[in-house]
Amino acid sequence: MAEFALPKHSKIVKGIDYPINSEAENTKKINVYRWSPDDDENPRIDSYTIDLDQCGPMVLDALIKIKQEIDSSLTFRRSCREGICGSCSMNIDGTNTLACLKSIDDVKGDINIYPLPHMEVIKDLVPDLSKAYEQLTSVKPWLQSKSDPEKGKSRKQSPEEREKIDGLWECVLCFSCSTSCPSYWWNGDKYLGPAVLLQAYRWIADSRDENTEQRLEDLEDSFKLYRCHTIMNCTKTCPKGLNPAKAIGEIKKLQLERR
Amino acid sequence: MSEYEIVDHEHDVVVVGAGGAGLRATLGMVSGGLKTACITKVFPTRSHTVAAQGGIGAALNNMGENDSWQFHMYDTVKGSDWLGDQDAIEYMCKEAIPSVTELENFGVPFSRTEDGEVYQRPFGGHTLDYGKKMARRACAAADRTGHAILHTLYQQCLKYQAEFFVEYIALDLLMDDNGKCVGVLALCMDDGKIHRFRGHQTVLATGGYGRVYFSCTSAHTCTGDGNAMVLRAGLPLQDMEFVQFHPTGVYGAGVLITEGSRGEGGYLTNSEGERFMERYAPTAKDLASRDVVSRSMTIEINEGRGVGPNKDHIFMHLEHIDPATLQMRLPGISETAKIFCGVDVTKEPIPVLPTVHYNMGGIPTNYHGEVVTRKGNDQDAVVSGLMAIGEAACVSVHGANRLGTNSLLDIVVFGRAAAQRALKTVEKGSAHAPLPKRVTDKILARLDKVRHANGDVSVGEVRNSMQNAMQKHAAVFRSNTSMKEGVQKVDTISKGMDNIGIKDRSMIFNTDLVEALELENLMQQAIVTMKSADQRKESRGAHSHEDYPERDDKNWMKHTIMWLNDKNKIKLDYRDVHLNTLTNEVASIPPAARVY
Repeated sequence: MAEFALPKHSKIVKGIDYPINSEAENTKKINVYRWSPDDDENPRIDSYTIDLDQCGPMVLDALIKIKQEIDSSLTFRRSCREGICGSCSMNIDGTNTLACLKSIDDVKGDINIYPLPHMEVIKDLVPDLSKAYEQLTSVKPWLQSKSDPEKGKSRKQSPEEREKIDGLWECVLCFSCSTSCPSYWWNGDKYLGPAVLLQAYRWIADSRDENTEQRLEDLEDSFKLYRCHTIMNCTKTCPKGLNPAKAIGEIKKLQLERR
Repeated sequence: MSEYEIVDHEHDVVVVGAGGAGLRATLGMVSGGLKTACITKVFPTRSHTVAAQGGIGAALNNMGENDSWQFHMYDTVKGSDWLGDQDAIEYMCKEAIPSVTELENFGVPFSRTEDGEVYQRPFGGHTLDYGKKMARRACAAADRTGHAILHTLYQQCLKYQAEFFVEYIALDLLMDDNGKCVGVLALCMDDGKIHRFRGHQTVLATGGYGRVYFSCTSAHTCTGDGNAMVLRAGLPLQDMEFVQFHPTGVYGAGVLITEGSRGEGGYLTNSEGERFMERYAPTAKDLASRDVVSRSMTIEINEGRGVGPNKDHIFMHLEHIDPATLQMRLPGISETAKIFCGVDVTKEPIPVLPTVHYNMGGIPTNYHGEVVTRKGNDQDAVVSGLMAIGEAACVSVHGANRLGTNSLLDIVVFGRAAAQRALKTVEKGSAHAPLPKRVTDKILARLDKVRHANGDVSVGEVRNSMQNAMQKHAAVFRSNTSMKEGVQKVDTISKGMDNIGIKDRSMIFNTDLVEALELENLMQQAIVTMKSADQRKESRGAHSHEDYPERDDKNWMKHTIMWLNDKNKIKLDYRDVHLNTLTNEVASIPPAARVY
C-alpha cells in the first residue's frame, strides 16, 4: 500500500498560552499561527488574551498591542493602517482580509489568525509573495501605446471611458483574493490568479492603452486564464470591495469575441 | 564582525526608498541608462505615497481659470510663511506642468473633465490672482491620487526593468575619509544577510518621520530612516521644528480625511454649529492654509467650543453634498469614515482633529536634489555623492508650512530633477574606489549592539514615552515653558535606549530588531525636532510660539540647521533663506502679512 506523508511543517501544534494578568472584564483570546525558519520545529498556535478596553478597534491594533506589550517576536507586515497599502493581508476568522480594516467586534469568540493560505511562509504571518509579484510583472502592467501623445500634452479620455477602469485600478495588491482561490492553491505556478488578472484587465479596459489584442493573446492559455472556474471566492473576500471575478469574466468574453 | 555575511553590489546610483520620489528618480535614472539599485524596506506600492488622497498641484489650467505657475509660486511662498527658498519654489511650480503631464502619459488614472482633460479641484491655500479667489489646481484621481501615482510609477519602473531590493532596511551611509558618500549598507530582512551597495550617488528618498508622534496620519513605516542616517554621518538636518498638523485626521484613529473634501465643498463647525473658519479666514474660509485651519480648530476647542462629550474635537460636514458627487469624487474617505468612525458621510458629520501629517524639515538640499551643508561661510556646500528627495529632503519648497498637493508635486518634480542631475554628473560604469573595512565595521557594531540588546525596557515602552512627550511638547501651539520641559523629557527618554531589550534573536525577518533600529532613528529626530523648536523665538507657519506670537523676519527669516553627535549632543547653526528667484521670468515675492 502506498504511503503518503504530509509536506514538512504542515502539522500545527499547540503553542504557548499567554493568559491575562489583570482583572480586565472585556477580554478576547487571539490565537496566532507562529513559525520560524530558524529551527526545525512544526508551526504552533500561540494564544494571547488581551484587554479590549485597552486596545484599538481593529485586529491590527490587537496584533500591534501583542507585539508591543506581550511578545515582541510576533512577526507580521503592516504599514498604513488604513487599508490602502495592502501590507497586512492575512487570514482572520477563516477569511482573507486586511487586519487594519477588520473590526475585532466582527469576530465572535476567539480570533484565529493565520498567514494567507497556500503561500510559502517566511515567518509567522509573513508570506512569501515573490512569485505573485513575478506574475504581476508577467502581464506587463504598464500603459502600452503605439502612438505618442502630443508633446507636452495629456492624452484625452472622456469621463465615460475613464469610468470603465473604476473598480480595477484601486487594487492594493494584498493578494487576499488570489490566496482565497482553490484553483490558485492548486495551480498557482501557472494560473495567474484573480489579483493579477484584475491588473491585466485594468489595462485592457483603459481607453489609452493600444495593445489590447496582444494582451488578450498573451492571456489565451488554458492555465493563465482558464483555470478560473468562477468560484467567486476572490470577490467575496476582497477587503476593498472590488470584483476580480467580474474582470476575469470580461476577459473571457473578449476572448470569445476574438474567435 | 565575521558573524555577518556581506554581499557586495556596485551600481552607478543607489536609491534608498521606493515611494513616489524614489520611484520617480529610479525611473529617470534607469531609463537614462544608469545602473541603479532601488532598495526599500517595503514592497514599492506599500510606501506611504500610496496614502496621499486629494491631488497633485500643477497650473495645468484645465478648468479654464487662467491659472499660471506664477500664481502657484506666489501661493507656495506665502504658504511657506516666507521660509521657502524662492529659487526652488520657482523651479517646482514651473516644472509641475511638464512633470504632471508626464505622469498622465505614464498612465496615471486621473479623473477627467467633460473635455477629457485631467480633473482639477480646489485645495487649501491655492488661489488665482495672488489670493483673490480659490483656484482649481489639484489634479486628482478621485481621492486616491497617491495610490494612482505610486502604482503607475512602479509599473513604469517594471517596464524599464529597474533593479529592486525589496524588504531591505538601510543601516547607514558609507562615508569615505573625505566626507564623500560612496553608498549604503543594508540588511536584507528575508535572509538576514548584509548588503553593501556602492554608488557614485546615493539618493535618500526615505520619507518623513511622523511616527515620533503618538497620533499621526503617517504609516507605521514613516520613521525617517534617511534623516537619521544623515545625522549619524555628521551632517545637519534643516528646519526640523516645522511639523504640519493636518486639520482633518479622524478623531481617535488619526487616519487622514483629505483636504479635497473641503475642496469639494465640505466645511467645519464647532459645538455651536458655527462655520468658524469664516471668522479666521474671510476669503479662503475652510480652504485656508493647513497651519491656519489647525490653529483655528485648536483655538475653538481650547475656548470650549469643541464637539463631542469631552468637547475635544470638531465636525466636518459633507452631508449637504450630492451623494453621487461624493461617490465619484470622494469614494475613499467615504469608506474610511464608515470603517474608522461608523459615520455615513451622506447623513452625518465626521469627527476630526488636527493630526501630525508632514515634516517640512529634513535633509537640506539644493533644487537639483544634492545634499548641502554649511561649511564656514559657504552656506550651500554640496556633500559629494549624496542626494535627498521627497519628504526626507528640505529643498526648501515648503518652508514653515506646506500647501496641500505640493507634497506629491515635490516628490515627482525633485525625483525627476535628481535623475536629470545624476545623468549629468555620474559617469556610467565608472569604477568604485576601495573602501576601508572600518567603515563597514563601525556600522555593523551598531547593528550588533541593537540585535543583542538585552535590557529590561521594551522598544514599545520607550517609543510610547517618546511619542507622548512629542505629542505634548511639540504641538500646534508651543511655549517656552512647555518646550523646555519637552527638551528635558526627550533627553531623559533617549537615555532609555541604552536599556532596551529585544526578544527575537533570529536574522530572518526580524521585525523586533527593525523596530528597535527604527526607534533609534526616531529618537535622534525627536531630539533635533524638540531642540530646533525650542530655539526658534518667533511664530512662523506651523511653529506657533505663544510667547512670541509674531513672525520676526529681521531675526528669524533663516533656516535652522542642527547636527547631532553620537553622544546625542546638538550643534546649531543657520542658513539664509533664498529670496532670489531662479530666472527673470518672475520677481521675488517680498514678505508680507499672511492673510487668507
